[in-house]
Amino acid sequence: MATALVSTVVVFAALGVLVVTSPGWDAFKAEFLDGGLFRSSFPDIARAFALNIKIFCISEVMILILALGIAVIRSLPGPVFFPLRVLAIIYTDVFRGLPTIMVVYMLAFGIPALLLSDANWYRSATLWAIVALTLVYSAYVAEVYRAGIQSVHPSQDAAARSLGLSRWQSLRHVILPQAVRRVIPPLLNDFIGLQKDTALVAVVGPVEAFRQAQIGEAANFNFTPYLDASLLFLLLTIPLARLTDYLIERDRRRFLAGGGA
Amino acid sequence: MPAAVALEGVVKSFGKLQVLSGIDLEVDEHKVLCLIGASGSGKSTLLRCVNLIEPVDTGRVVIHGEDITAPGVDQNRIRRRIGIVFQAFNLFPHMSVLENVTLAPRKALRMSRNDANARANELLARFGLADKRDEFPDRLSGGQQQRVAIVRALAMEPDIMLLDEVTSALDPELVGEVLGVIRDLAAGGMTMLIATHEMAFAREIADRVCFLDQGRILEEGPPERIFTEPTEPRTQEFLRRIIEAGRM
Repeated sequence: MATALVSTVVVFAALGVLVVTSPGWDAFKAEFLDGGLFRSSFPDIARAFALNIKIFCISEVMILILALGIAVIRSLPGPVFFPLRVLAIIYTDVFRGLPTIMVVYMLAFGIPALLLSDANWYRSATLWAIVALTLVYSAYVAEVYRAGIQSVHPSQDAAARSLGLSRWQSLRHVILPQAVRRVIPPLLNDFIGLQKDTALVAVVGPVEAFRQAQIGEAANFNFTPYLDASLLFLLLTIPLARLTDYLIERDRRRFLAGGGA
Repeated sequence: MPAAVALEGVVKSFGKLQVLSGIDLEVDEHKVLCLIGASGSGKSTLLRCVNLIEPVDTGRVVIHGEDITAPGVDQNRIRRRIGIVFQAFNLFPHMSVLENVTLAPRKALRMSRNDANARANELLARFGLADKRDEFPDRLSGGQQQRVAIVRALAMEPDIMLLDEVTSALDPELVGEVLGVIRDLAAGGMTMLIATHEMAFAREIADRVCFLDQGRILEEGPPERIFTEPTEPRTQEFLRRIIEAGRM
């Protein structure tokens, strides 16, 4: 404990000295660490950050549902469901393979360009950016769910089916509850990524925290507003990261104590 | 009156490995059949074919005169009438004892929660588990878990029970309580197919004993004859080893 403390202090002190004694330190301090600008920019960026939170919340709910559907489809046994399984595989391959920023671009500009409707919601870049994030993240989250489903021992399904439960009832009441419980930590991990990626929405126009910080930068020729945005993102992601680690550690302890059950 | 369970020429392979090589057997209603034989002789697979958890390759499984291996048979309906208990209990770890027992009656039989709970409480009390109804499986001993698994199967009011080495995973001092439950069931007239390594128990409870060897029924008969004067050399060999191991 004492050793850890001493070595931590030494390392951070060394890094601090390195930064402060660097040739560009004074210019850097003026452009990135302007305390007055930090405070004056904060309210606008915090308001814009509400959009990040909104995008995150809406897409998270849709991802949880869509990804579960895809994972279930990929887990359906038997030749009858082969075409559905292939579709699910194509889906996950495509959307895990494309850069998120490109999907955001293509949907937010492409779908309104089809002119399928005059409605305001249809022309909303925010909406299609949410759809893009949902499509991309569902591909990842579906794989997480699927790993969970496969981690439930086949004897559980055998027990459920031999009691006369249908395939669907076994999945719904026996397999999925155990699978979802096991994948909560990796699910949260993906959601930390999603929280950050809400900033990608900026590339198609909506003024969220990152875009608002860019506006602040341009107006003041100063990078400090990014520090405001960074702080806001960290306030959101760090608690979730700590929660994830806590749950992983708790599961590990349970596993060690309970012999795996 | 047709047999409760009849297997006719049942063959089952996993890949290239033929596990059952033409099984014919009959169990009359209210009778207990014990399957004995070395590990890998096909006892478990045979039981799993009876309730269709494993589909048979060829041959027929006939339950009370109905060919359940015929195409178009509703397998879920068949399984509701045939209870199975596994070596490893296979309780649902995310559910309490009561939920484990009531899940199938509620979902497969569409019983109300009250009715299912009433039936479960009655069964749990009968098998000395009333005070465990709100526990989760990992808080129970192996013997208690296996008794819950038996109660879970009984809650469907099956007319046939399949027991697949139900005491093999238990500590020796816990075997007795589970065997006691099975004795109760036999006394109550339950038709049972029991795969077991407990030879003394098989001898006591079975109406008939089948010795399985390499996927075939090599010898069958009343327990006194099989255990005291087996005719097949492989049966003699098997029983000699069991006696040497102190298991009989």
